Amino acid sequence: MITLNSISKYYETEAGVVSALVNINLSIGESEFISIMGQSGSGKSTLMNIIGCVDRPSKGQYLIDNIDVGTLSDSNRSRLRGKLFGFVFQSYNLLPRLSAIEQVELPLLYQQIDNRKERAIQALISMGLSDRIHHTPNQLSGGEQQRVAIARSLVVNPKIILADEPTGALDTKTGLEVMRIFNELVQKQGISVIIITHESNIAEQTNRIIRISDGKIIEDTDKIVKVKA
Amino acid sequence: MTILDGLQMAIRSILANRTRSSLTILGLLIGVSSVIALIAVGQGAQEGVKARISNLGTDLLFIRPVASSSGNVRGSANSGATIFAEDAEAIRNASIPGILHVAPQLNFNAQAIAGENNQQVSIIGTDHEFLPARDLIIESGSFISEKDVKNSALSMVLGSDIASSLFLEDDPIGENVRLSFGGGRISFNFRVTGVLQEIGGESQQDNYVFIPVTTLQSRIRALRNTSGNTIINQITLRSSPGINQDSVSTLVSDFLTAHHNKQEPDFTITSQTQLLEAASKVNAVLTLLLGSVAGISLCVGAIGVMNIMLVSVTERTREIGIRRAVGATSPDIALQFLLEAVTLSVCGGLIGIIVGIAGAELVNEKEILGEVMTTVIQPWSIILAFFVAVIVGIVSGIYPAYRAALLDPIVALRNE
Repeated sequence: MITLNSISKYYETEAGVVSALVNINLSIGESEFISIMGQSGSGKSTLMNIIGCVDRPSKGQYLIDNIDVGTLSDSNRSRLRGKLFGFVFQSYNLLPRLSAIEQVELPLLYQQIDNRKERAIQALISMGLSDRIHHTPNQLSGGEQQRVAIARSLVVNPKIILADEPTGALDTKTGLEVMRIFNELVQKQGISVIIITHESNIAEQTNRIIRISDGKIIEDTDKIVKVKA
Repeated sequence: MTILDGLQMAIRSILANRTRSSLTILGLLIGVSSVIALIAVGQGAQEGVKARISNLGTDLLFIRPVASSSGNVRGSANSGATIFAEDAEAIRNASIPGILHVAPQLNFNAQAIAGENNQQVSIIGTDHEFLPARDLIIESGSFISEKDVKNSALSMVLGSDIASSLFLEDDPIGENVRLSFGGGRISFNFRVTGVLQEIGGESQQDNYVFIPVTTLQSRIRALRNTSGNTIINQITLRSSPGINQDSVSTLVSDFLTAHHNKQEPDFTITSQTQLLEAASKVNAVLTLLLGSVAGISLCVGAIGVMNIMLVSVTERTREIGIRRAVGATSPDIALQFLLEAVTLSVCGGLIGIIVGIAGAELVNEKEILGEVMTTVIQPWSIILAFFVAVIVGIVSGIYPAYRAALLDPIVALRNE
């Protein structure tokens, strides 16, 4: 479904050019449950941003369903991002003043999708938040906020959910609950979930682990499996 | 995102920051309301002056002397003054078309003594045509008659204020008033024949005493020059209503220049229309001045809107990042901030209109520093102020909106 061909990303800083990603080759299909692991500064967030069409690579080709993302305008990338990807962040990234239902409606609003209320309520119910619909973030627990964020990422029926340290701010029990939800999405709805994490016990719950160090992929269990097969 | 959705979002974030939003609106409100109120004050002053001038009647022309300076020799007293009592008579007899009434006017001060009352009065020496020329109405008795003029009669007509200050509650008709001129060296007893109706307003006409010009002419030698003519201050002409005053003025000017045996007029003719125009010009400048001051405060209000929107963009960088992440395009973000700026300006504009009208109405007809203030609200000033406020909102929203739209979503998301 998505293919990265020789993707590199440089940043120009005062100290010179810094490479965040070097020659990354990667392809991801449907119903995959992937974790990207690496130390901070290894380039895993940059990789996720490029996959999610938030950032553009400095070099290389990025194909989504055979569309070359590099050729799209900023607005078209925004639309593609809104349609294909759902984002979940470590710090939830909810807007402070909106109620849960309004948070979930937001992506629908930007994509001019009708039945916003019904779809948002549906997404919140599927996250077990039926009694939290009109609560604002400061009235919700961390786990509940993250579930609102997942509902927001799900409401547009994305093909891929990108989650940056989704369990990082949660206690173990709530973290496991979030992972269970992701697993269910992969199994039942055919969505691919990509998680960035540095916790091995979280990564172990996924089906494929990609390890990154200094902007390079040093391990991809998918390839190992394929090689073994 | 539709405009309606955007508007809803804009109103939400304006309400979320009530204090800041109200202060921004206040800035524009002061600007818009001061434009409306100050233009109303300027316009009110203009209408006031127009009304004062029109009080005298709009069909009037005034002939006044100009001092002659021929040969660089300044003549003895009065020799430079160049209109005479008999000029009025001559113009009247010339039957110039478009002229209804001609009245001479000789201004003079005297001491008036009536019974125990003794006061300084302003005298106008004139003839029977002064009443119709100035459109005055007699309250009781009669005005100076043609016969009074012919006989240089010792009769007088009083303005309403002077009548009540000399005679209090008593009826002055038939009473005697002693007028003494030149510090008491010359004095005559005059009989009151009439009292004028009150004119009111700012006009001083209620304070005048009217006597036949011929009486002054014949009894006070000092008023006559060597050729026996009496120099007067002014001749009032009343033209036919609606007639072109400029052409009447030219006819009179030509006649009088010829009558004086001169090449160039040695007098000036001012029409009421010209006075009105001059007064209008002065007031237009005043209105412009007041409007400019208000305009400056409107600009300051606009800068306030831009300032707040820029702060808002910086403060809400993370919010912009989140919105971008869930699918908002750059134009979506720009539209959101632009709509916020416009909503603030429209609110400021609308409330400003109400406050401006209320302010203008509040001072209308009120006495401020001894002057009765008149305000006239101009519909065009309301429309102007409102549209300027809205345009200002759009203009001051564009730059912050552009800044917001340009934010890199990555940077925006990383912003803590």
